[in-house]
Amino acid sequence: MTTRHENELVAEDGAGRDELTAAAVTIGRRGLLRAAALGSLGVGVLGALTETLVAAAEPATSTPSGPVKQWCMIIDLRLCNGCKVCTTACQTAHYLHEDQTWMNVYTMTNAAGENYFMPRPCQMCEDPACVPVCPVGANFRTPEGLTLVDQSKCIGTRICMNACPYDARYFNWSDPVPAPRQPFKQEPEWPVPQVKGTVGKCIECAAMLPTGQLPECVTNCPMGVLYFGDLTSDAAVNGMGATIKISTYLAENDAMVFKEEYGTHPRVYYIPGHGQDLNNNPSA
Amino acid sequence: MTDVIIPNAGREQSTPQNADLRAAALRPVLETPRWWWPSIIVLTVLVLGGIAAWIYQVANGLGTAGYSDGAFWAIYEANLVTFIGVSYGGAVVSAILRLTHAAWRAPLTRIAEATALVTLPIGMVFIIPHLGDPSRIWELVWPPYWNLTSPILWDFFAVSTYLLATIVFFYLPLVPDAAIALETLEGEAPSTRVTVRKTLYRVLVGRFGGTPYERGRLNGAIGLIAIMIIPMAVSVHSVLSFAFASSSRAGYMETILPVYFVVAALYSGVALVVLTVAASRKLFHLEAFVTPRHFVRLGFLMIAFGAAYLYLTFTEYLIDGYSGTAGASAWVYQIVAGRYAIPFWIYFVAGGIAPLFIMMFKRLRTTSGVVVASLLVVAALWIKRLVIVIPPATEPLVNSPLAKGGVLAGNWGTYHFTWVPISITLAATAAIPLLLLVVFRFFPILSVSEIEELAEEHGTQEVGA
Repeated sequence: MTTRHENELVAEDGAGRDELTAAAVTIGRRGLLRAAALGSLGVGVLGALTETLVAAAEPATSTPSGPVKQWCMIIDLRLCNGCKVCTTACQTAHYLHEDQTWMNVYTMTNAAGENYFMPRPCQMCEDPACVPVCPVGANFRTPEGLTLVDQSKCIGTRICMNACPYDARYFNWSDPVPAPRQPFKQEPEWPVPQVKGTVGKCIECAAMLPTGQLPECVTNCPMGVLYFGDLTSDAAVNGMGATIKISTYLAENDAMVFKEEYGTHPRVYYIPGHGQDLNNNPSA
Repeated sequence: MTDVIIPNAGREQSTPQNADLRAAALRPVLETPRWWWPSIIVLTVLVLGGIAAWIYQVANGLGTAGYSDGAFWAIYEANLVTFIGVSYGGAVVSAILRLTHAAWRAPLTRIAEATALVTLPIGMVFIIPHLGDPSRIWELVWPPYWNLTSPILWDFFAVSTYLLATIVFFYLPLVPDAAIALETLEGEAPSTRVTVRKTLYRVLVGRFGGTPYERGRLNGAIGLIAIMIIPMAVSVHSVLSFAFASSSRAGYMETILPVYFVVAALYSGVALVVLTVAASRKLFHLEAFVTPRHFVRLGFLMIAFGAAYLYLTFTEYLIDGYSGTAGASAWVYQIVAGRYAIPFWIYFVAGGIAPLFIMMFKRLRTTSGVVVASLLVVAALWIKRLVIVIPPATEPLVNSPLAKGGVLAGNWGTYHFTWVPISITLAATAAIPLLLLVVFRFFPILSVSEIEELAEEHGTQEVGA
């Protein structure tokens, strides 16, 4: 079902992939809205101004030495036993309230009526629905392909929670859980403690990645369900130390992405094994 | 068309009719009825209560307003839509009736425009409790933060533009009236109240002298604004609906939503104009100018929009319900027969069928009948906005479509009403009469020059006076 997409994705290097994505979906959400905005302004000068403003709202692209890592996650649904250790590990690390399940494990039912479990982190979409709708540009995508929230900009309209097709965003409805001094600066890559009145979500532990650590959920999963990797080097590892070649693993195990029809191009790949059809989703 | 021609009904002479009209228009400015101060105090207390509730919410987080991740949008968003929606009455009664040369509008225009002027800012204020962090609201007016692809930012632009147009649309017809009021006040004994009003009217009149040339230019300008304000009004509610529709949620992601929002706004807007006109007529004794015929005509205008709205509602639910896709079907099920059925059917009976029924029969189509119908419409359309906003915001997006009854019974979020948003909603409702009383304390309640001009043109019978 998704093999063409995946083969394209992983066969190319990081630089070529974005172009491929752009070619596959001729006009993305962002493009459409931007075109609409420009069209209604209708004036070249204002258009140029808009471009500048939009560009200013986007994060600066820093190019470290070597190819930029393109983070992705592979979730092997065949192995998940629904223990939710990933959820609690995430909440402990980020000082979250109990109902802020950035890494949520859903109990699902397959065609045979049997239950199975489906962990749902942020899907880290290549064409995220949440980014273009924010009025103040608090959502952005890093060069490594992570969608993050700048809680120092967020005014709490929650329109991103409306836009996200995966229910992956969580608001801070009350004071956040107090956190001790953190090893990382409080920034979008490590929003700890959370900020009252703003939106938070899975960050795939962005601040830990440059130090060589895996995200908390991946490290702590006792079943080895979660793999974390880099699409440019085509390798991923799980918390048990198993290493896989991403392209081969996805192709051989009929990987799929969640709600593919929305054109969000998630960078979380699911390996089914219970007769699931992730794209037969309830809200199409 | 001209039934009765009053000789010497010109603007320059003061006929008995005109003298009555001018006195009636300024009565709320010059006289303080016994109920005035008690009403002001009660309404102010209600508004202050809302402000106190909002301060409590800011201190303790939006969770105190009953929100959760399972119901991320609810009452404030519905109120934003409702209160901005009722401001459309001004645009309809003044602008559309002006453009269609309906002479009977004349005694209603000032009240309708004042209603729009008052309700629009109240609706806009709901942006503040809606935000998680209102202290950073300035980011919406500070270009470096702007994300021009966001529907919310364009909402903000559209509503601000519409507010500006509403202020101008209130001001322009006031210019000749202020001149007339200034003349009338000359005869009053000097007091602080009279002096303040005189200064105000002098500022409003400016260098307007009332010559035929100046009147022509002024009418031209009013006509232009009347044309401009209609697409602006349409844009406001359309863009407002985009904020909901730019999503993948069944019930929000609907092509019908912009039209649906605009028609609902027109419907409830006319209903609120009926209520403010009825209240003003009673409280300020305008029976001679606002006649039962006005109410019947407003009632017909209202149910024309009401029927259109009922039709759109039917279309939306029928097609989504028929689609068979799990999300849309579940959403329609929840509204028609599930957890949101009670508020939906309240709307259907009170806001859909009952007003049509009342207007259908001559014996029910009385002044009080139309007022009752309008009350039902205003209240039911608020409930309908809750039914539009809340269900999709509580919809589970990750769920098991194959589970037995999964989506229908699944993990829907719940919005819990708490005293905080209820106090704020009450405050906003109280602010409408409060601000209207203040507005009519300063400005003539009737559009004197418009009534005189149209009576001259079409006869007093047609205008209704």
